[in-house]
Amino acid sequence: MFEFLDKFMPGILESLLPRASSYAIEIDVLFDVITILVGFWFFLVLGYFFYLIFRYRQRDGHKAEYISGETHKQKQAIEIPHYLILVCDVAIIIPTFLVWFNIKIDIPPPEEEVRIVAQQWAWTFYHAGEDRVLGTDDDIVTVNELHIKNNTQYSYHLESRDVMHSFSVPVFRLKQDAIPGRVISGHFKPILEGEWDIQCAEMCGVAHGIMGARIFIRSEAEHNAWLAANSPNSNGAGILAAAEQILSQEKEDQNNG
Amino acid sequence: MAHQIIATSRSRTGIPTGRLAVWWIIGSEILIFGGLIATYLLNRFNHGPSWSAEAAHTNTFIGAANTFWLLTSSLFVVLAHAASERKDAKKTRMWIWLTIMLGGFFMGFKTYEYTTEILHGYTIFTSNFWSFYYTATGLHGFHVVCGMVIMAIIAENDIKNERNWHRVENIGLYWHFVDIVWIFLFPLMYIAK
Amino acid sequence: MAEVAHADVSHGEHHDDHHEPSFWSKYIFSTDHKIIGFQYMFTGMAMALIGGYFAYVFRMQLAFPGSSIPFWGTLSPAAYNSLVTNHGTIMIFWVAMPVLIAAMGNFLIPLMIGCDDMVFPRINRLSYQIFLLSAVVLLASFFVPGGAFGGAWTSYAPLSAKAQYNSTPFGAPLWLIAVTLEIVAFLLGGINFITTTMNARAKGMKLYEIPMIVWMIVIASILFMCSVGPLVAGAVMLLFDQTLGTAFFDANAGGDPVLWQHLFWFFGHPEVYVVLLPAMGIVAEVTCTFARKKLFAYKLILYSSIGLGILSFFVWAHHQFISGVDPRATYLFTTTTLLISIPVAIILFAFVATLYGGSIRFTTAMLFALAFTGEFLLGGVTGIWLGSSGTDIYLHDTYFVLAHFHYTFVPIAIIATFAAIYYWFPKMFGRKMNETWGKIHFWGTIIGFNGIFIPLFILGAGGQHRRIYNFQNYPDLAGADMQDMRVFATMSLIVMLVFQIPFLINFIVSIKRGEKAGNNPWKANTLEWVAPSPPPHGNFGPVLPEVYRGPYEYSVEGREKDYWPQNEKPESEAT
Repeated sequence: MFEFLDKFMPGILESLLPRASSYAIEIDVLFDVITILVGFWFFLVLGYFFYLIFRYRQRDGHKAEYISGETHKQKQAIEIPHYLILVCDVAIIIPTFLVWFNIKIDIPPPEEEVRIVAQQWAWTFYHAGEDRVLGTDDDIVTVNELHIKNNTQYSYHLESRDVMHSFSVPVFRLKQDAIPGRVISGHFKPILEGEWDIQCAEMCGVAHGIMGARIFIRSEAEHNAWLAANSPNSNGAGILAAAEQILSQEKEDQNNG
Repeated sequence: MAHQIIATSRSRTGIPTGRLAVWWIIGSEILIFGGLIATYLLNRFNHGPSWSAEAAHTNTFIGAANTFWLLTSSLFVVLAHAASERKDAKKTRMWIWLTIMLGGFFMGFKTYEYTTEILHGYTIFTSNFWSFYYTATGLHGFHVVCGMVIMAIIAENDIKNERNWHRVENIGLYWHFVDIVWIFLFPLMYIAK
Repeated sequence: MAEVAHADVSHGEHHDDHHEPSFWSKYIFSTDHKIIGFQYMFTGMAMALIGGYFAYVFRMQLAFPGSSIPFWGTLSPAAYNSLVTNHGTIMIFWVAMPVLIAAMGNFLIPLMIGCDDMVFPRINRLSYQIFLLSAVVLLASFFVPGGAFGGAWTSYAPLSAKAQYNSTPFGAPLWLIAVTLEIVAFLLGGINFITTTMNARAKGMKLYEIPMIVWMIVIASILFMCSVGPLVAGAVMLLFDQTLGTAFFDANAGGDPVLWQHLFWFFGHPEVYVVLLPAMGIVAEVTCTFARKKLFAYKLILYSSIGLGILSFFVWAHHQFISGVDPRATYLFTTTTLLISIPVAIILFAFVATLYGGSIRFTTAMLFALAFTGEFLLGGVTGIWLGSSGTDIYLHDTYFVLAHFHYTFVPIAIIATFAAIYYWFPKMFGRKMNETWGKIHFWGTIIGFNGIFIPLFILGAGGQHRRIYNFQNYPDLAGADMQDMRVFATMSLIVMLVFQIPFLINFIVSIKRGEKAGNNPWKANTLEWVAPSPPPHGNFGPVLPEVYRGPYEYSVEGREKDYWPQNEKPESEAT
């Protein structure tokens, strides 16, 4: 549904920032729907307002009228627009419930998982390693770098060591506060390869402003290569095998392309 | 010396302004204590067993005795108000001082209670339950003392000179409020174990 | 300064017919509501200069990161956080509230309802003294070891609860104590607004004949009183966490940090309506006077304001959508948040409708009142993107939020305030402010204001987060396009600040040298224009006015004059 609607929408957010997650399009479309509905009313009322200021400016020979606003017809002049606004509100509430459910309540079964620990003032990421299971010996732990595989359904588990932080990935359109003493889970599915910012979105002290991290979204082959190269059990053979895999993939692309 | 303001003596609603003011103060205080108590309740629900274990150590006997002192003192302040309506300065002052005396018993028992609890190792830092306990009962106790001081001033400054009789009703309203807060705190801290 | 003549108010025993009050009792320890109103107003204006200075410093840092800022020096990350925190705190608690509620309320209410002072003048004086103390405590927090608190005006725990996290062991408790004292001052002040309006009204002034601004201040005071209690409880708990080492909000010791958020926002959301309502009251008064029109649908506006107040208690968690509250709760809060736009829109539309059929004079006060309506409209509608939980996932903590609340707060705290000052200056000081300089001030302010915050909407939609002291640290945000917008916003702020200079000069010079104003220079209806300009002690002399009609009887058909003061006897009774 969102793909269909997106065809008619101006794509405001997309023009500012790419859509790198599967649900970014939902937020973008919702943003545009609100822009159109609200924009319509805003410019209508503002336009009428400027018109009234011009039309009823003080001029010779024109006296003001005595209007109480308490007659039925006059009250309707205010009430009818408000019923229409109510309709627009409902038109916004329904899709926003849907988007919220999709992103924050529904957690699809994951293909991969990451554990994210926020602290003053850095991010620690626990990747599952080549066995694709979190919490085992081959987990890869990085600081301020999150490495994920494209087109894969991820679950994330977010914690904080000290104060409130917030894990924000603008290209995913994702944000979730990290609360000390809790583990909060969510999901995302990257759809675009590249490298972008992760920001902390909750004031967390002196270095809140330099608590940025980077997210690296790679193809399966490249991601596996990264895993192999950074695995705690890493040895030369692993790197070599990974490099060979990349080269053969590129050759295949060349032959096909 | 400020001259008499006309506004002070007017009453378009028929309700004396002093009473309106006291209700305003009580209103704000209800919200403050309400916030504290609501927070306590939420925590109690979330931490059921551990908080019950801590709450078991409050002294129910002292809590009950303190409830008796406060409820009786509310009766006395009503009697003081009745005497003030009759403009009986002697009886009004007597009932006010009896109210203050019972307030004093309340604070005395509370002092003993806090002392024994602290000596047994239950301080404000011991656990979250105890943090709430001391904060809520301490804030309440502070309001009791303030009430006692204001009552003393009214008794000696106003009633003794046979003026401002309406202030007895107003401080009585405040005192009833302080009593009602205790009626909430007592079961929550002492009975629910 | 204000010429408060000492009038002979005759009723029974007075001790001061021949006693000329000293400077101290007349201006510093006065119980006169007008002087107390001035005290609040000047304190608020001074704090606005400080808050505005902070904004200048941190916006310079954002536009030219790492540079040495004129009149400050280089800005460290810790100091940046402190400035951002205290800019917000000062503007809300020490500018908007004192000027809109305490200054306007104190000065206007007794005059507008036709009595000689507030009902409890000494409580009034006490409330200002506590308020002044709170301002001193806040400013003191800048001079203590560790510096001023820097945990954002929302002061989320556990950052705010433990010095090990916030690095401001003295600044944090001082900030909290200052805010608590300010709250106590306003609770005390509220006593007077309610009791005076209810009980000391002029003879003949029915409830629906009370000027709208008086109603708005009364409703705002009630709203404040009903919402601030839990925050006071929370502040006590937070103070104990900070100073005694309790663990109310420390998750590592059994506490709950999200609890602070609830206690804060339960107050925080009604608070915005506490400041909005008086601002709308000001706009109502100014609009009617200069459009020469009756206020459109007075009762509807009144009921909408009350409904707004009640509804405002059910929206608070829209500040916490992604904070870890139960995600299903967002359904309720999104719905109530979008619905609350209806009463606000009704009131704004009523202001627009008041212009219909009018005869509008574009005095400076009217220009600011009109600007309020237009700018607040934008501010209000941008709340919809944020109230909708789905889009809020992306927009929370971005500059979009910041632009939204500045498009609501600046109209409230600055634009409506200027409308009020230009409008009631003649009553306060007996002289008018200069209109030409007023219009220059107006255009500079409005153009500057829009220039700051329109780019911020775009930056926010592009993913720029709040409270970050240097965006060059983020590759996605460091591009020239975005940095150019930041520079543009900062330059607009400087323009806006520069254009406040003519205002200040106009204000100060006009007190002594402005065009003399009579009792009623604007030909308005409400009772304050009956008293002399400036009103003496006791306001109206020995005989208080009596009211025969509502406050907005402008352009009544069949009458020669296009206004009809509330206290003017009906023709049949005039001798």
